[in-house]
Amino acid sequence: MALRPKQKAKKRRAKEPADSVQRHVVTGYRAVAVGTQPNHLHRPYVSSIKRSPTRPLVRIPYTLSEITGPTFDPKLVSNADCDLTRQHKAAPLGERIVVSGRVLDEGNRPLSNTLVEIWQANAAGRYQHEVDQHEAPLDPNFTGCGRAVTDSEGRYHFVTIRPGEYPWRNHHNAWRPAHIHFSIFGPAFATRLVTQMYFPGDPLLPFDPIFNCTADEKARRRLISVFDWDTTIPEHALGYRFDLILRGCEATPMEK
Amino acid sequence: MRVRATTSQTVGPFFELGLQWLNCDNLAGEGVAGERVAIQGRVIDGDGVGVPDALVEVWQANAHGKYAHPDDRQNKPLEPGFRGYGRIPTDQRGAFAFATIKPGPVPGPRGKEQAPHLVISVFMRGLMRRLTTRMYFPGDALLATDPILKLVEPARRSTLVAKIIGSGALEWNVVLQGTNETVFFDLGL
Repeated sequence: MALRPKQKAKKRRAKEPADSVQRHVVTGYRAVAVGTQPNHLHRPYVSSIKRSPTRPLVRIPYTLSEITGPTFDPKLVSNADCDLTRQHKAAPLGERIVVSGRVLDEGNRPLSNTLVEIWQANAAGRYQHEVDQHEAPLDPNFTGCGRAVTDSEGRYHFVTIRPGEYPWRNHHNAWRPAHIHFSIFGPAFATRLVTQMYFPGDPLLPFDPIFNCTADEKARRRLISVFDWDTTIPEHALGYRFDLILRGCEATPMEK
Repeated sequence: MRVRATTSQTVGPFFELGLQWLNCDNLAGEGVAGERVAIQGRVIDGDGVGVPDALVEVWQANAHGKYAHPDDRQNKPLEPGFRGYGRIPTDQRGAFAFATIKPGPVPGPRGKEQAPHLVISVFMRGLMRRLTTRMYFPGDALLATDPILKLVEPARRSTLVAKIIGSGALEWNVVLQGTNETVFFDLGL
């Protein structure tokens, strides 16, 4: 075993002005559990074949660059941004729903003040986007875009309509299950997450290469929202709950 | 029961609908200190074709090497109005462009300074989870000793360093596959 050249280290330290390179203990983020995240290449999802890296990723330690990340003023988001049914003159067509939940870390701690962005197809399964040429009607009263900032308990809340299923060209007779896209920042570059929320009982789920790209069945199931009486509004809207868990720090203990 | 991080899913082809409002290709407004740089590049797939529906996100420190984030406790000044975040979708050719300032060096493992860099996320249809990489600045004296670049095999390091294409103008491409495949990092995700 090589001994540390103590003297040399001391000298080097002495040379450094205290301010130039400050020593910080950087707490990294816990590696995700095996199988709970998709690989980049998933052949049944055809677009991944020409777009996923072929060389192994290079493992790097966490530095200040990865444990920090953009923060946003909650004022960026208005109340209207979280109600997708009130962004136009009239109500959109479709079944009104409440989608709410919490953004937590792996230790079950709420992540407050984090930006949640969502987008989705309308009730007929058509996106308000020029690339979407699916032969289903656009709804002039529905854009399908929302955003919210989590409160002190990590909660977010959207009112929207249930998105429709729609065909895509991945394989013969391919249909996407109903889903809502989510984008979340969390506290750091390391915690950035883009995912999709699905609906319980959707018959298309077992056939969807995107939903099924993750090996771990429990991990897949957590992408399915839960029907929720607590947020269901009588005579008005069904409630679905969807919690988002971002990676936890290495140093913080897991809750039992 | 231990809670596990939510599984990533692709951003899909229609992300503009939900994410466009926060697009930002000019990271440093007037009055923000630092050397101005215009950065352009393309996201290129395994067929050598530009990816027309990719999203590039940038995160960087200010010119003093300080991140606008509460966990950056360095005794360095913040720049008012500089968040350090950019979000740029690619165009029909797979091209992206943004303007910013060159960040100052930030500390790396064991206090060793890192060469100035941008940290980058790339999202697109076909990617079930984002790719993470870095863009370094050509000619910087700290490149030779950067602790993260040292972890990359020498022949591939150039994929992380932009090229000078003019005065204050840099080019840096994201090559998804092939001989010049960009180095992507594993952050334990």
